[in-house]
Amino acid sequence: MREVGIVGVGHSKFGKMSGGTFTDMLSMAAVQALDDAGVKTGMGHGVDQVFVSTMGAGILNKQSGIASALVDYLNLRPAMAETIENGPASGASAIKLGYMAIASGMCDCVLVVGGEMMRVVSGWEGTDFVATMLHPEAEYNYGLTLPAFAGLFTKLCMEKYGVTETDLSIVAVKNHENATHNPVAHIHVVPNLYCITEDEDAPIMNPYVAEPLRMYHCCPVSDGSAAVLLCAMDKADKFKKKPIKIAGIGQATDTHAVAEREVPTDLLAVRLAAQMAYKMSGLTPQDIDVAELHDAFQILEIVESEEVGFFKRGEGHIAARNGETKIGGKIPINTSGGLKAKGHPLGATGISQVVEIVKQLRGEATGRQVEGAKAGLAVNFGGFGNNVVATILTKEEA
Amino acid sequence: MMIVDKMEQSLRPVETPMVTYPPKYITMATGEKLVIRQIAREEVPHILEAVKPLMTVEADFYDIVASRIYSELLGYYRYRVKDEYCLIGTIDGVLVGIVNGRLIDDKVGMSYHTMTLKQGLRIGAQLFAAKMEYHLDFLNQEEVLIVAESPNGFKRWMIEYELESRPETWHELGGVPTFVLTKALWEKHKATKLGGRRPVKEELLKTAEHPILPATYAQIPGYKR
Repeated sequence: MREVGIVGVGHSKFGKMSGGTFTDMLSMAAVQALDDAGVKTGMGHGVDQVFVSTMGAGILNKQSGIASALVDYLNLRPAMAETIENGPASGASAIKLGYMAIASGMCDCVLVVGGEMMRVVSGWEGTDFVATMLHPEAEYNYGLTLPAFAGLFTKLCMEKYGVTETDLSIVAVKNHENATHNPVAHIHVVPNLYCITEDEDAPIMNPYVAEPLRMYHCCPVSDGSAAVLLCAMDKADKFKKKPIKIAGIGQATDTHAVAEREVPTDLLAVRLAAQMAYKMSGLTPQDIDVAELHDAFQILEIVESEEVGFFKRGEGHIAARNGETKIGGKIPINTSGGLKAKGHPLGATGISQVVEIVKQLRGEATGRQVEGAKAGLAVNFGGFGNNVVATILTKEEA
Repeated sequence: MMIVDKMEQSLRPVETPMVTYPPKYITMATGEKLVIRQIAREEVPHILEAVKPLMTVEADFYDIVASRIYSELLGYYRYRVKDEYCLIGTIDGVLVGIVNGRLIDDKVGMSYHTMTLKQGLRIGAQLFAAKMEYHLDFLNQEEVLIVAESPNGFKRWMIEYELESRPETWHELGGVPTFVLTKALWEKHKATKLGGRRPVKEELLKTAEHPILPATYAQIPGYKR
């Protein structure tokens, strides 16, 4: 199997797209990634395959066949093209498929672009659209949504491990602080811990979304795109930037209906996906210098940080309290701002996480750089944890 | 000051006495204090200077909202709109948002616009709630007619307050569908939507007395006053 690296990254500003088509939005990140790698479009561009990840372009934006459209838009014909849908884990899934295409020898160079344009509908319609990935008979038909699941999950973690609302807010404040150093983040406002937890106005300024989850415990609804250019490591010298190696990829699934899980507070697919990625890379949790964990709800960052082996089960919230997940702490998590503050355009998220890890390993994460970072982990979480992709990247020594 | 001759007198609407909105403050998520107070008619020209730059910003319908607020406030200043009022929000003395409306009669109010100058803090949501508080709690009206010109407004007001759809009811803003916040809906949502405390300490209120115009606008990259 050939080794695969990342030689170009691109990222649009997350937030609200004003005007432009879905393809325009994807092209913003794609062009940046191609430029970053020094690839020119048109004749002899060298891109063999384009994967586009999106969950809702067909439903929300009435545009299907996105990958074919993007290839033509970017003048990358006759590259092969497919659109990938795996819920909120679509981005990392597309990277995995790009990895497989190169590792197998079928391709030398693959462009992976992800995006979502969700703010064209109301929050309630958006929530309903995301809920379509839940079990249709056991969950969706009863009105369950992702915030509702996250609320129930949080309640269980509170009862079992002593997680508090304040712990969730501590994680949120950390991620908002990180986002202020990330120019492409959706939100550049840092909440004050006291004001969102104890102040008299806190119940209004930080209202419940799905009790016990409040607004600052949930990610915003964002538009945006992200892209990476993958290449075979043995062809990497053709590109402008040194490659960051994809050292490990793991993916695991869990029961579709959450109620069928043996231990409802476990995120088994996160654990298994991370274990696969560690095994493939030959690394352990202790070797990871920086991580991007899928914090669509703040409880997920806490539990994922345990499931990937950074902390013992039930101790992730204590680590967050102690500042161990801040930049400068034991294991900085979500230096980009995470889904919480950078934003969560579903199809872009998994790629955006990898873009942040690449920037960290290159030393390009200005203002939020983890000094000397050599290995990073990204966890992209689909459904309510029923399909998870973990990716480990490493900086290769010269 | 306009000369109030006989002709001018006949052009001006008859004014209904209105209680003044009592100022309040809200602690934002960032810890900043948002002071909301009613402005006097003579303050309008200063506020218009803050609105003017946004009249050409297409994103999020700022152009139409700013242009209309400009003309509504000008109408208020020059006595060409009946029973209008304007509330402003300031943080550290800087103007961060504007809302306005008017009375149709003693029972029914009409919401005009809500415009946020500083984004990302839910300032617009609190200014809108203050406007509804003014109509329904202080002016003791029965309902407020509301329209939305941007999707943001639609999401915030029509959906979050579960406004009653009343397309057959006429609203001054161009015949777009009208929605209504009734007293019953207000009572249902007030506890989760309306923030703030009174009285405002003198020194805090003083910061809002002479609002500072924003030096920059996130909506207009590169703009500097």
